[in-house]
Amino acid sequence: MNGLFNVGLTHFLVLGAIVFALGVLTVSTRRNAVSILMGVELVLNAANINYVAFAHYVSGGVSGQVFAVFIIVLAAAEAAIALAIVLAIFREFRTINADETSTLKE
Amino acid sequence: MEILQGVNPGALVFFGLAALVVASAAGVALSRNILYAGFSLLGTLGGVSGLYLYLGADFLGIAQLIIYVGGILVLILFAILLTNKIGEVNISNASVSLPVGGGVAALILLTLAYIATQTSWPQTEAAATPTTARLGDAFLREYLLPFELVSVILLMALVGAMVIARRAAKETPRPSEPGYERLI
Repeated sequence: MNGLFNVGLTHFLVLGAIVFALGVLTVSTRRNAVSILMGVELVLNAANINYVAFAHYVSGGVSGQVFAVFIIVLAAAEAAIALAIVLAIFREFRTINADETSTLKE
Repeated sequence: MEILQGVNPGALVFFGLAALVVASAAGVALSRNILYAGFSLLGTLGGVSGLYLYLGADFLGIAQLIIYVGGILVLILFAILLTNKIGEVNISNASVSLPVGGGVAALILLTLAYIATQTSWPQTEAAATPTTARLGDAFLREYLLPFELVSVILLMALVGAMVIARRAAKETPRPSEPGYERLI
């Protein structure tokens, strides 16, 4: 019981694993493209939890946080591009269900 | 309360934040209504921000709030509302092949949790807070090239998003022309 309440690196790694698995579950089971994007955000956040936890408990410096900042910036870029694509797909197909928008060409 | 005797208050903060993150992430993964899934994401992102603060990453915690909650989440909610009929009460958010996806996710979770608990990680002293000054130093010294690259990528992505999302001007019908109501 003492080990459970003594919060350390392992707690954060397990939490990151749970969030990552839920993100994978979202990406693999949702049909709605916006939902799939939300799953990707969960996966990126899980990676960031691991980066910051390792920076805090193992490496000690700020380099882990530097890469977490890079991930946040790339997530913002990815969200902007992906949602623009989703809007374009919606105008073309009138749906954003990933399994109904399977044609590359008219 | 007997069991909580002698428990570090910080541990309670961690478990509260972890419960918030896991519960709302499960909401994102399993909610039937995509709007509720979007609002669940708010709990996850806010909880992760709290975890950053718990780990002494003050700058990162605030950046997470500003960029994720203030920017990305609002973008996602915009996309949800723009791509569904707003009057529709139950916006469909169906899940397909839940058993297979759940099995794969559970397998990944068990593997990662096993690795995390069985490995003996080296431990060092944590970096001191505040971290903002040292982060800025790192960005402009060791990580200058990635920093500039990421700036250019962000600019390209935002311009590209505008190009993709805008309607071609000549294709937009006037209100009097046929096909206009299709666009609304």
